[in-house]
Amino acid sequence: MRIDIEAGGVLCLGAMSAFHLAQINLGLLKAPLDDPAMAEFTAAFAPINALADASPGFVWRYTDEGRDDATLTRPFGPDLLINFSVWRDLESLWDFSYRTDHLDLLRRRREWFDHLDGVRLVMWWIPAGTVPTLGEAGERMELLRAQGPTAEAFTFRTPFGPPAAAPDPAAPGART
Amino acid sequence: MTDDSVIDAAGLLADPTRRRLYRYVTEQGEAGRAEAADALGIRRTLAAFHLDRLAEAGLLAVELRKVSGREGPGSGRPAKLYRRADREFGLHLPPRDYASAAHLLAEAVERSGAEEALYAAAREEGARRAAERGADAPRTREELAEVLRGCGYEPAAEGGRGALRLRNCPFHSLAAAHPPLACGMNLELLRALVAGYGTGFTARMAPRSGEGCCVEIVPDSAADSKNNED
Repeated sequence: MRIDIEAGGVLCLGAMSAFHLAQINLGLLKAPLDDPAMAEFTAAFAPINALADASPGFVWRYTDEGRDDATLTRPFGPDLLINFSVWRDLESLWDFSYRTDHLDLLRRRREWFDHLDGVRLVMWWIPAGTVPTLGEAGERMELLRAQGPTAEAFTFRTPFGPPAAAPDPAAPGART
Repeated sequence: MTDDSVIDAAGLLADPTRRRLYRYVTEQGEAGRAEAADALGIRRTLAAFHLDRLAEAGLLAVELRKVSGREGPGSGRPAKLYRRADREFGLHLPPRDYASAAHLLAEAVERSGAEEALYAAAREEGARRAAERGADAPRTREELAEVLRGCGYEPAAEGGRGALRLRNCPFHSLAAAHPPLACGMNLELLRALVAGYGTGFTARMAPRSGEGCCVEIVPDSAADSKNNED
């Protein structure tokens, strides 16, 4: 497997990057989560979430208040399940997505999810140490929808490296 | 589409010694000059000569690395280690471009959400291939490995589990662009093929980081207690 990431070599090779990769993806549920048809999928939540948490490069994932998963929050539609997380870089997200047991769930996604037209996944770089919001995620999806892949909103198919310069924490408006 | 460097590279492999060296390196994953020479029973200078020719042609990649555990004078000089290069060589005469067609078809399957149709077609193809061999079907793990080798999977026996790891993904560039789709297709193909032989083995998804196929072949008995070894 090879991901060609343009530029950014100095920052992302070996050294701690000042940026982390945020991603959100949506799944259009074929049936409510408590439907027997979804049982195998819901049974996979806990082990796959645990696998993500233990994966190299994992930084953060969105969870509902008082729960260890994100099955209740549906900001983008009543049947749109969200999967929202932050990773060290493109490689670590790729390895978790496609080189662990998570791949088997993706392979079987049509058993549980209907085909979704248009944007169902977006990635973007965030300053390391910050936590992305659902509002931001919605904006990035809109950006990808409107402009196609750019450094601000992209996918694995057309990846972009992290911004070349580290954000100046003293700069006005910089988030911490 | 087929440039001359591909023909030159293929031409290099016409030499039996070079071909054996190339195969040895790909089987080992990584090999130095001395071990390759020893394995083939040829002089080290000859092995070094041919290995470097293969590297010049882009068939092998070279890395200079200090071999650990060596002390004293001479240990400071890094050894040349060879492995198969990432570049893919395709030689079709007359020129053909099935890879581009495969990528376009995969894109269309994903856009239309027709994954299950592809999986079903792959299952039928696997069963058809298994039936094609009829009485000639593999009977043992070794014979099964031989068949899979012929399909380009580069199988390797693994430890005490009686499993076969597949060290090469024949659909590599497609799988890199469309992982769940291509890996799912491959799994269905292998599962139907291996089940069709009735050799007592099962294909299952077992991706690992790094290169190689995400499917492994395990004895039916091991398949029942799934995913316990991680």
